[in-house]
Amino acid sequence: MSLRNVGIVYKKELTEALRDRRTLISTILVPLFLFPVLFVGFGAMVVVFVGKAQQETPKVMILGGEDSPHILEGIKKLEKIEVVPAAPNWKNQVINKEIRAAVEIPSGFDADVAQEKSDLVKIYMYENEIKSSFAADRLEKYLKEYSDNIVKERLAAKNLANTVLKPFEIKQQNVAPPEKAGGAALGGIVGYMVILLCMTGAMYPAMDLTAGEKERGTMETILSSPISRTHLVLGKFFLVLSASLATAALSVISMGGSFWTLQHFHAFDSAQSGDAAAVQLKIGLGSVLSVFIMALPVAVLFSAALFTIALFAKTYKEAQSYLTPMTFVVVIPAIAAMLPGIELTPKLALIPILNVSLLCKDLIAGTYHWNYISLIFASTCVYAAFALFLAIKMFQRESVLFRS
Amino acid sequence: MIEARGLSKRFHDKKRGEIRAVENVSFCCEPGKIYGLLGANGAGKTTTLRMLATILEPTDGTAFVCGYDIVEQPEKVRASVGFLSTATALYPRLTAQEMVEYFGRLNGLDEPTLKKRIDDIFKRLDMDGFRDRRCDKLSTGMKQKTSIARTLVHDPPVMIFDEPTLGLDIMTARTIIAFIRECRDRGKTVIFSTHVMSEVEKLCDMIGIIQSGELLAEGSLLQLRDKYAERDLEEIFVKIVTPHYAQAEAS
Repeated sequence: MSLRNVGIVYKKELTEALRDRRTLISTILVPLFLFPVLFVGFGAMVVVFVGKAQQETPKVMILGGEDSPHILEGIKKLEKIEVVPAAPNWKNQVINKEIRAAVEIPSGFDADVAQEKSDLVKIYMYENEIKSSFAADRLEKYLKEYSDNIVKERLAAKNLANTVLKPFEIKQQNVAPPEKAGGAALGGIVGYMVILLCMTGAMYPAMDLTAGEKERGTMETILSSPISRTHLVLGKFFLVLSASLATAALSVISMGGSFWTLQHFHAFDSAQSGDAAAVQLKIGLGSVLSVFIMALPVAVLFSAALFTIALFAKTYKEAQSYLTPMTFVVVIPAIAAMLPGIELTPKLALIPILNVSLLCKDLIAGTYHWNYISLIFASTCVYAAFALFLAIKMFQRESVLFRS
Repeated sequence: MIEARGLSKRFHDKKRGEIRAVENVSFCCEPGKIYGLLGANGAGKTTTLRMLATILEPTDGTAFVCGYDIVEQPEKVRASVGFLSTATALYPRLTAQEMVEYFGRLNGLDEPTLKKRIDDIFKRLDMDGFRDRRCDKLSTGMKQKTSIARTLVHDPPVMIFDEPTLGLDIMTARTIIAFIRECRDRGKTVIFSTHVMSEVEKLCDMIGIIQSGELLAEGSLLQLRDKYAERDLEEIFVKIVTPHYAQAEAS
């Protein structure tokens, strides 16, 4: 009888939820379209904007160097750079983006080079401004080549080999498999998104089934039926949980699809440009599935916690004002997991949300620390059980149900 | 049968301290009769009826509904009761039929019985025209009929109505009044609260006058007329309530 009643409540709540536009948007539409928009759309946008910035021929100004025609000619002959006449307000022009960079050649530069004296060539640019960076990079690249050539000539004049100044080369080489390298790059954001979507998926049904019910005047109707309050809470809770899990599942599917698409575009681009880094975005199916499994207790925790908090509200609006700050409570530990250098420790494994978020980073990278997995799964289950217990207790309290 | 024994309910308010919403109320409602709980706004009618329907738990005292203790066996009490008030709204996204089915199932009816019961009730209340229409698309009258069907689906022996006509237009209110009368004629125990004197005069076999949570007087309309030497129920009510009302206002 009891399970039957929980089932009856669940079925009714599901029928209502499927007819509620707000729940459908937060449970189905947001997770399905957020990842593609974020990863594919945003990624494509970045490619377009960066490409445009790279294609632009930046205007640069040469300050001084009138007595050094050699280097002056070299800069002027540079491709994809337009040299404009020097002006006293060059600094303002850089700041106002009228020119992208300015290079200052000290007086007597050519003569100093001939006499093997060291000089300082300054490049003035607008920091963190991408087009200015491109211009400054081009100037710096040319000046480095110019400097290297002078070194080579000087060594040759003294009959010395290049290896005198460059005894060995240094190169970084990745040995991590593609999944792990991809996980390190994207693991943090995947965990963050799944956790956040688990919460947004639970949020609207949690409000609708508690404060919404009070506001519509149906709370007294249902309380007058013979169902026990515990069964009523469980029926409602399972619906909130279903919405949260549906959001998580759809987000994982959508995420997988987005990665697949991104990988194909990336592989295509890299094949054309000869870039070997294409494999770095590979993420295993097993990793994605394990993230979803870890999301289960998190979804239970969110569903029960949000349900309990929303229960205190008298209206949908009031519930919104209680639950919106909860987003920050969830987002901050989830973002903390993305901080560079932060890794799982036994203490961090006990902090809810942060622990799962950190674990997701490892899972996406295909690393399975079973000790941490069991500790985090168990601790999250304990928090979730406590939140559910609290929800049931609060539903028994008249002061909560009939707050005036 | 409803038997209230010393029912009391106290609430705690941060600003006002302890509020005695209902204080030591005892009365008896018999099958086939209508008991009217008459009182001004805030007199304690709704709290009393909510306790009888086990939506609220009494602070002291208890009541027996069809022999079940409201404190000890609240689920059995609710299964024996049909509760209707202006605060018992319908689920807007369910159809009229789904709404009634939901409550039938929660009352433990099996599917064949539920189907038959719904067909009977919908026919009797002339609801077949809108059984598949969502509750948020129903007129006030249709909503009231659906609410009535919801309370009747498990054929409860006891009916509790809390100001059932409050805010309704005259035609819808008449439907409710006719329904209350029909419940009595079918032998059900009926208790209803109101502050509309004419409804009490038309319907009630027994009247209880409540003010500041206390049951001040009880009896049939004839008994009250004799005791207070007044013909008009409104005058009787004012005579009984005024001293307590002034006292309550002063405190």
